[in-house]
Amino acid sequence: MIQIPDIANATPIQILFCVLSVITLATAFLTIYSKNPIHSAIYLVICFFSIAGHYLLLNAQFLAIVHVIVYSGAIMILFLFTVMLMNLNKENEVHKPRVTRLGAIVMFCLMCLVLIAIFINSKPIVGEYVTTGEDYQSIKVLGKVLLNEYMVPFEFASVLLLVAMIGSVLLSKKEKLEK
Amino acid sequence: MNNILNQVGIENYIFLSVILFCIGVFGVLYRRNAIIVFMSIEIMLNAVNLLFVAFSTYHQDAQGQVFVFFSMAVAAAEVAVGLAILVSIFRNMGTIDVGNLKNLKG
Repeated sequence: MIQIPDIANATPIQILFCVLSVITLATAFLTIYSKNPIHSAIYLVICFFSIAGHYLLLNAQFLAIVHVIVYSGAIMILFLFTVMLMNLNKENEVHKPRVTRLGAIVMFCLMCLVLIAIFINSKPIVGEYVTTGEDYQSIKVLGKVLLNEYMVPFEFASVLLLVAMIGSVLLSKKEKLEK
Repeated sequence: MNNILNQVGIENYIFLSVILFCIGVFGVLYRRNAIIVFMSIEIMLNAVNLLFVAFSTYHQDAQGQVFVFFSMAVAAAEVAVGLAILVSIFRNMGTIDVGNLKNLKG
């Protein structure tokens, strides 16, 4: 069962976790709800920053930095440029029919209910968490794991990025008219 | 300092990720603007990444974080190609409303 945390005796880390979670969920919802795509992109940036905060709380500094660089830097710039390129910052979006929207809301509630019920009722074996004090998430260890055990996927990731780069240049290039 | 999982608990991370994932699904179903649909897909990817990192900390294993690293690389590639496709669709049809993309409908 969920333990209701007592607010009075909450430690600073618990308060930080609650605040970050509320920010994450609220901005994720506002991303979807706001009508102007530029506002959506800004809310998404805040959402990504708060997720980077979660990574920092979990003591994964390397991933937090990479997350800020990749998501809040690269991907959001791409989104913002695309929105501005298409000149979509007008609020003229036609809404889906009411039945579809109602279906979406019902689907959201049902999915939340089912997934949370599954995770509560399956009674996962959550033993008492023990730290062995072993270093497992500093950049040193991550680099060793990445370049020893995951060498081949690492190289394939670079090939994937190259292919994506060529592909997006070719796709967004203006086609010449045949003469 | 104690570890965070002693104080917050892995269940709370599971619930946070589940709700974030459901918000992403909701966005895909609710909106017609293809860019917002893309953003919802990013939210879903991030929910799963967050759970990966939480369990990586729980099991004290670096491989979960390495996997998140790869998933970020794939997400970056996916967004670049997807947005290029959207720009090309916009150039050809003048709209990115997913309801209007029905050329393949019989």
